Amino acid sequence: MATYLIKRFFAMIVTLWLIITLTFFLMHALPGSPFNDERNTSEAVQKNLIAHFNLDQPVSVQYIEYLKSIVQFDFGPSIKKSSQTVNDLLGRGFPVSFELGMVTLVVAILSGILLGVLAALKHNGVIDYLAMTIAVLGISVPNFVLATLLIQQVAVNWELLPVATWKSWRHMVLPTLALATGPMAIIARLTRSSMLEVLTQDYILTAKAKGLTPFKIVFKHALKNALLPVVTVLGALAAGILTGTFVIEKIFAIPGMGKYFVDSINNRDYPVIMGTTIFYSALLIFLLFLVDVAYGILDPRIKLHKKEGR
Amino acid sequence: MEKILQVKNLHVSFRTYGGEVKAVRGVTFDLHKGETIAIVGESGCGKSVTAKSIMGLIPNPPGKITDGKILFKGKDLAKLPDRELRKIRGADISMIFQDPMTALNPTLTIGEQIMEGIIQHHKIARSDARKKALEILELVGIPSPKSRLKQYPHQFSGGMRQRIVIALALICEPEVMIADEPTTALDVTIQAQILDLFRDIQKKTGVSIILITHDLGVVAQVADRVAVMYGGKIIETGTKREIFYEPQHPYTKGLLNSVPRIDIEDAELVPIAGTPPDLFAPPAGCPFVARCEYAMEVCDRIYPTQTLKGNEHQVYCWLQDVRAKTSFATKW
Amino acid sequence: MEAPKQQDTSYTQPNILDEWFVPKKANKDDAEAVVRPSVSYWKDAWHRLLKNKLAMLGLVCLVLLVLMAAFGPIIAPDSAKTTVLQNQNQPPSFEHWFGTDELGRDVFTRTWEGARISLFVGVMAALIDFIIGVTYGGIAGYKGGRTDHYMMRFVEILYGLPYLLVVILISVVLEPGLFSIIIALSITGWVGMARMVRGQVLQIKNYEFVLASQTFGTKTSRIIRKNLLPNTMGPIIVQMTLTVPSAIFAEAFLSFLGIGIQPPYASWGSMANDALPVILSGDWWRLFFPAFFISLTMFSFNVLGDGLQDALDPKLRR
Repeated sequence: MATYLIKRFFAMIVTLWLIITLTFFLMHALPGSPFNDERNTSEAVQKNLIAHFNLDQPVSVQYIEYLKSIVQFDFGPSIKKSSQTVNDLLGRGFPVSFELGMVTLVVAILSGILLGVLAALKHNGVIDYLAMTIAVLGISVPNFVLATLLIQQVAVNWELLPVATWKSWRHMVLPTLALATGPMAIIARLTRSSMLEVLTQDYILTAKAKGLTPFKIVFKHALKNALLPVVTVLGALAAGILTGTFVIEKIFAIPGMGKYFVDSINNRDYPVIMGTTIFYSALLIFLLFLVDVAYGILDPRIKLHKKEGR
Repeated sequence: MEKILQVKNLHVSFRTYGGEVKAVRGVTFDLHKGETIAIVGESGCGKSVTAKSIMGLIPNPPGKITDGKILFKGKDLAKLPDRELRKIRGADISMIFQDPMTALNPTLTIGEQIMEGIIQHHKIARSDARKKALEILELVGIPSPKSRLKQYPHQFSGGMRQRIVIALALICEPEVMIADEPTTALDVTIQAQILDLFRDIQKKTGVSIILITHDLGVVAQVADRVAVMYGGKIIETGTKREIFYEPQHPYTKGLLNSVPRIDIEDAELVPIAGTPPDLFAPPAGCPFVARCEYAMEVCDRIYPTQTLKGNEHQVYCWLQDVRAKTSFATKW
Repeated sequence: MEAPKQQDTSYTQPNILDEWFVPKKANKDDAEAVVRPSVSYWKDAWHRLLKNKLAMLGLVCLVLLVLMAAFGPIIAPDSAKTTVLQNQNQPPSFEHWFGTDELGRDVFTRTWEGARISLFVGVMAALIDFIIGVTYGGIAGYKGGRTDHYMMRFVEILYGLPYLLVVILISVVLEPGLFSIIIALSITGWVGMARMVRGQVLQIKNYEFVLASQTFGTKTSRIIRKNLLPNTMGPIIVQMTLTVPSAIFAEAFLSFLGIGIQPPYASWGSMANDALPVILSGDWWRLFFPAFFISLTMFSFNVLGDGLQDALDPKLRR
């Protein structure tokens, strides 16, 4: 397990380095970017840029210095607002996005697993068909479509919930729903098929032969095994939710990191795009690492391969 | 001898897309206290289904006990609701499955898996359950059981796992243990060890065993009595000696001839030609008729009546009828 | 032979006749009966797909969508084709079947023009994934050993990159437009296909029938063509069917963020984006039609992909 973790950690660092390098050189290759062209930036901003990115130095020095600043969690200035840095934006926007993302993740996982388990236990029953219809629709309808439909129906036509912004729990309902439906559908489908397979396994028959109650059979013996494949997709789902926050925050005018990121894309605020991309990548890669660790803890067989190797 | 379990005229069917499969069609046998009865037959003959019906483990739907009785301690298990049956499963009657590699839950420690049965049935404290688990692991021959309780199934070899599966089945001190092909998935040397273990356990605990197998070698080692199944029916039953030395049914003879023997020199191995009957539309007469070299017109039409050859020895074959003696005078 | 009273073999004790105790005449039916007609793999898979109602629904929808993408803009009423600024934000009518947008353009026409772009992006992305992924994965799997090791290390690193973030980054850097989107989608999109193909090839390479043809001295190219390709085709097709909707989604996502298709061209994503400011004023048709057709397309590809997966899985063959 330890060697495996070290290996994975090393791979994580390499991937991160690749992302930073890719971002750095893409931004420098860009015609019209402030790294090459000084015309469309104000003087104050220009000074910031030169100071932070060492633009008066050769590219190799710039690159080394940039790597250094990233390691120190310094993502650089904005070129649209001279007084603002990417770190300021992260500090303001990230807590909001994190809240949205976490609530969504929890809702998606819990409801997805519940739906999947119910569907599997009532295989080919009404609940199964209902759950799978919801799942197929959830996968088919993009989150921005769902979000706008929800606003139009629930907020505008029925006036049940607020249209936008992020103030109370009532503001959170629609964005969370719009963002969670897709991942929930994926988890529900995966849980269902995995649960159906697990329920045919011999050890379930053994558990039945012991005279255990159906409740214990499902929740103690089947669920843990059925959830192993679900854990493996959590990293990808987190990535989906994260990119999903871009559009959801834009639609609901939520002052989160995603909204700032989209604004920076539309304004061509390159240092912000660069800094945010790297920050997000680091976050996601770290999440993938955590998922791998979690999998190792959940499945005792993984540990063995590394430790006792029989 | 005391009859501990009686199966009477058991019928089990499965509803499938292709129609109704009549997997078990009128199986009757008794299990006496402390004995081992072997149910023998090739795959698809209904022996596993019979075993699972006793435990109430036939998946319903599609499976269903359509007729017959399973009497245990004055109760008919075939009609018992699942809630009642659960109290008997694992506590009074337990079951061992074929493949020890898949019969244990890979994500739970073996201690947990052994203990949960007795905690479920006897509502005892975990520390007591642990003590009991250690005892039982000792009984089934797991060395240093204390350290092994915390381990997971993948940390054991196939033979060790089968011992653990047997331990799970024994923890509540059941009166009946059903073993469904318990040695099929194991190496030959391990097979012998496990069969020794069965005899040893029976001596120590007095448990009655129903052994489901297709392997006559296994039968020879541990069974007291044998029931031969074919096409969802028991076609011959008797003591081990009777079945091995005085087989009456052509199918039983065929089975014995298809197994290598060292007690008869130059014995030729003769496979039984053909395949078992289609249980979607089981034949009205003897199920073995299509593969039987002594088949008569009557065999096609009517299921044979029972012939008693000894106290315990029963056979269902028209060749036993006086009228058949003349037809095959030369051959039979 | 004669049965004087009855032929009935019911379960009540029937009359057993002495003459029935004679050796049975050989019956042809008894010997090794029931030989199933052999059906080729693809035919069998096609039959299974035909039986899957949901997958067939998806297929029919896709055919209709493609037909409408091709002919939709042509069949709109002639009067709808000229943009009249005064006709802005009209609800659906006899003239404008899906209404008009804020510039007075016909939403029906634009929807099908958008369909062309969405479908084109999806199919192109899947094709590029196919070409790069199958070549890369095929070589890695077939060569094995060190080549495989290094090729797969590279793939693993790419696989660790967050897909949509890379796509956004590339789209920001490139001139916005159709081909930039396709390049952005393909730049790491093929990785999944490569991994899958490599796994399949590694597995099939060791099957006896491949080893057998190697011992006969069959040429490598022939082994790849005759053995490896047909046996990996099923999973590849499934993967492609599922790549198309994810590419369509990614394009819509980019266009919705404003870094995808640029005006005057439209895609379903950019149309939904344009409709965002007006949904509060109740102009539902602006959003509804592009949203509906994105969802329908994703639905159709997803259920068709699922159906193909079930149909092409040889393990399910009975």
